[in-house]
Amino acid sequence: MRKVMTGHKAVAEAMRQIEPDVVAVYPITPQSEIAEYYADYVHDGIVHTELVPVESEHSAMSACVGAAAAGARVMTATSSQGLALLVEVLYIAAGLRLPIVMALANRALSAPINIHCDHSDAYLARDAGAFQIFCESAQEAYDYTLIAQRIAEHDMVRLPGIVNLDGFSLTHTSQVVEPLDDAVAKKFVGAFKAVHPLLDVKKPVTWGPFAMPDYYFELKRAQAAAMEEVPAAFLSVQKAFAKTSGRAYAGFVEKYRLDDADRALVVLGSTAGTAKVAVDALREKGEKVGLLKVWLYRPFPYCEVASALEKVKHVGVLDRAISFGAMGALYSDVATSLRRSQSRPALHNYIYGLGGRDITVEQLAEVLEGLGKVRPDEGLRYIGLRE
Amino acid sequence: MAASLKGWRELPIGGVVPGGSARDLNKTGSWRAERPMWNDEKCIQCLLCWFHCPDSSIVTHDQKVTGVDYDHCKGCGLCAAVCPKDAIGMVPEREGTCAK
Amino acid sequence: MPNIKTLAQREEKEIRFTPGHTLCAGCAEPMVVRTVLNAIEDPVVVASPTGCLEVATSRFPGTAWNVPWIHVAFENAAAVISGVEAAHKALTKTGAVRRRIRFVVFAGDGGTYDIGLQALSGALERGHDFLYVCINNEAYMNTGVQRSSATPRCASATTSPVGDAIPGKPQDRKDLTEIVVGHHVPYVGQAAVSNLIDLANKVERAMKHDGPKFLNVLTTCPLGWRTPRDSAIVQAKLAVETRYWPLYEVIEGRYTINYKPKKDVPVEEWLKSQGRFRHLFRDPKGKVLIAEFQAAVDRHWDHLVRKEKCLSGAEADQG
Repeated sequence: MRKVMTGHKAVAEAMRQIEPDVVAVYPITPQSEIAEYYADYVHDGIVHTELVPVESEHSAMSACVGAAAAGARVMTATSSQGLALLVEVLYIAAGLRLPIVMALANRALSAPINIHCDHSDAYLARDAGAFQIFCESAQEAYDYTLIAQRIAEHDMVRLPGIVNLDGFSLTHTSQVVEPLDDAVAKKFVGAFKAVHPLLDVKKPVTWGPFAMPDYYFELKRAQAAAMEEVPAAFLSVQKAFAKTSGRAYAGFVEKYRLDDADRALVVLGSTAGTAKVAVDALREKGEKVGLLKVWLYRPFPYCEVASALEKVKHVGVLDRAISFGAMGALYSDVATSLRRSQSRPALHNYIYGLGGRDITVEQLAEVLEGLGKVRPDEGLRYIGLRE
Repeated sequence: MAASLKGWRELPIGGVVPGGSARDLNKTGSWRAERPMWNDEKCIQCLLCWFHCPDSSIVTHDQKVTGVDYDHCKGCGLCAAVCPKDAIGMVPEREGTCAK
Repeated sequence: MPNIKTLAQREEKEIRFTPGHTLCAGCAEPMVVRTVLNAIEDPVVVASPTGCLEVATSRFPGTAWNVPWIHVAFENAAAVISGVEAAHKALTKTGAVRRRIRFVVFAGDGGTYDIGLQALSGALERGHDFLYVCINNEAYMNTGVQRSSATPRCASATTSPVGDAIPGKPQDRKDLTEIVVGHHVPYVGQAAVSNLIDLANKVERAMKHDGPKFLNVLTTCPLGWRTPRDSAIVQAKLAVETRYWPLYEVIEGRYTINYKPKKDVPVEEWLKSQGRFRHLFRDPKGKVLIAEFQAAVDRHWDHLVRKEKCLSGAEADQG
């Protein structure tokens, strides 16, 4: 049944259906409402979840790690500074192979302090060992929360996962969302299977041992192997979800009017919605433009990005964060994707929308129109920045 | 040494290891410079040595001291220090070995 | 109340902490660990933050822990155990877990007084059912004897060295035990490695209470205290006899001093037994510093005696 709800509510609804054993969470704008909705479910007794209202995000992820190692299904949510505070433990969750799913309400990192959207928090966590998915809409935030849970718990994966949804533009706006029926959603997610649970006191195990140079490297290589399993798990879970929901999800990326495009944008998150309107407007005028939206950001789908951009002549990659001293993070990934491509499209990198700065259809149309007219690879360009 | 180390494909998920494995893997008795010599005739079975041993190396059976686990005893001498009856003496490791 | 034989019997039946760890020869930490684990009859799950105990007991692929054990990071053991305990509650609700399990943290003073204090305070306030044992050797021994907020005044540590201008640590140690009392948890106790039966009894009393339980156990470190490796018990005993480290407990807010030394042994006796205070006996200014140290010990003891008088468990029971 279609309902109108915010991105927060969409994520909280998915969490309610997943019904983790433990949710440990700490308030931060623009994530707090996820915690609040979930607290309502717990206090109304409609879920069996133990809510651990921790004193910091660091403790949120720490409690999640403890609970997951104990043998529980675990979820959390955070944003910006909270992610920065807990990132130490996110690396550990990945190293310990714990399937903890976390909604990340994307928000700019300080300083200056700012509560609005950009992707500096997601980029901060990009090497942590968690897989990351970006969502365009509240519907996707709901869907990919369910999907992420199954990927995280996949036998070959067992890794933490982050579901990114843009702060305010997705978390706080009301959209039409069509959730699955509870029973259907529960069946889709399935039962949780614990691996070496601490609570199995008859088989005592040591979690988080100390590794010297004789083993650290091998343990990290084994962790990388789990990440290598994510793409296959992603596709199979996404396919199962498409079948269950009737929604047309297929692949790591969404190609929008890209088949015959000679110019295209590459974006993450809700900006894809704005970009689609810009593409449509230019198509009306007969311009061959398109859009590539990346769902699976980590592990990065290099081959699929390369093949999607194969026939495009000019590509504008949009980064919603500055990677100080380097080209944009998404740009670098796209450039890496195209390193073996025969066609070698010209690449442009645009920084936009920092700290919640609006990005408009007109601005994106202007960028698309400019592709091919400006010289590529001349460093960063900025959209909507006052000189 | 390198040959006995496992490759990355053989490692347990998340590095989780079964409990209590250090006892067989680490024979810390090799650290010892001095060896505790337990004298069962002087021993009054107060168990203070067992209680204070940092390396769980005072062997007991039916709550009675029966000897020392030299595979793990590091020779700190705490057992001798807490013994009220001088039933444990510390001797240089080499001498201790010869005396046997 | 457990006696030494009961504890030995339990360890013979089930060894929870094995040899093969690589703690220094003469380290007092395993005595605390073994005594606490042997004093608990139920199954236990243990969490430890980073520190000597963690590093020396869990070198991959070996582990000295024969009970379920987890290490995550330095500042978060109390948060980790909160998660484990919450998982137990949730899985008990669903019927997936049926046993009573007790949850224990063994942490050093750095991981408790300093970097782990926020997580500890949070877990105490939330009321998780666990026992937190601070194995307090009064400095960051694992990283090379740097000062912590548990380090006593005047002590020489590698980040509070004895210099020409500043002779050791200028500040008094923090009274963490009283900070925990301020959380109004059911059980708070102070123990020392010289009094292991007292420690075992405290664990047994603590475990009768649901909710957070805290023990601060003074634990000597031959390396950091610069003492002979067979003298761990001697230093801890002197700390108790000089009233530097009172053995007491606060149960449901009521104070009991478990041991009141009959003789007034000056704290100087404890200080001079350790290399970290050696400068106090060489420098002419040392006498003043020792007098100040004694005054701080006297004041602390006096406060404690007054608290016991006002808030005594015994009196309340009689009343």
